[in-house]
Amino acid sequence: MQRRYFLKNTMATGVAVMAASSGLLVSGKVLAAWNKAAFDAKDVQSAMKGAVGTDATEASDKINIKAPDIAENGAVVPVTISSTLSDVKSITIISEKNGTPLIAKFNLSGKAEAFVSTRIKMGKTSNVIAVCESGGKFYSARKEVKVTIGGCGG
Amino acid sequence: MAKSSIKVRAKAKNGVVTVKALISHKMETGLRKDKKTGKVIPAHFIEAVDCEHNGAAVLNAEWGVAISKNPYLSFKFGGGASGDKVKLTWKDNTGKTDTLETKVK
Repeated sequence: MQRRYFLKNTMATGVAVMAASSGLLVSGKVLAAWNKAAFDAKDVQSAMKGAVGTDATEASDKINIKAPDIAENGAVVPVTISSTLSDVKSITIISEKNGTPLIAKFNLSGKAEAFVSTRIKMGKTSNVIAVCESGGKFYSARKEVKVTIGGCGG
Repeated sequence: MAKSSIKVRAKAKNGVVTVKALISHKMETGLRKDKKTGKVIPAHFIEAVDCEHNGAAVLNAEWGVAISKNPYLSFKFGGGASGDKVKLTWKDNTGKTDTLETKVK
């Protein structure tokens, strides 16, 4: 009888502890390093502001976005961003019409070249915006990608 | 130890090292629903990737949910040579983390 009680009790507390810890993790509060405000932003302006501190960027032809004109599957859109700007400190990728437009920010150290390549999800046809930080200024370029099947949601 | 979730290749050419990495991760957005139960599948995604070259940070990526499943990442850095060490670390929103070190070819 006593043993049974013990088991039941410890299991209950175990579950409670697990629930508490997972709740904390889902809310993201323990991970302060992650830029939650920017990644949760619903429009391009606030996403850009959250990620790079300003939404005023200068259009530049020195940034090259390599992405397909038509993406058959929005869940996997290969994107390569390279730039001939000097001393690029960060590269930010934004998809204009995604529910949360900010996709990723790459902080580059001195040695890294202005080149990143990855695969992103896109909800629907929209512009992909690349923002490069160089010499305290922000430069951007955009390229339209047509998406035939959206990659967000089931 | 279990098989690493990271696959990474680093190649040096004329002093420039090109790193290509594949991470196996489901990158759940938190918006999808389970078709059978109708419940929302909780978000589970990588939010940070760090890369070090011989112990010095080269690249630090902040990712959102819009990075594809089983993420691919490629980047380049200068001043590297064959035999150098390249270390890749990721961390997801549940606090899980994995790291892999490899040598530049």
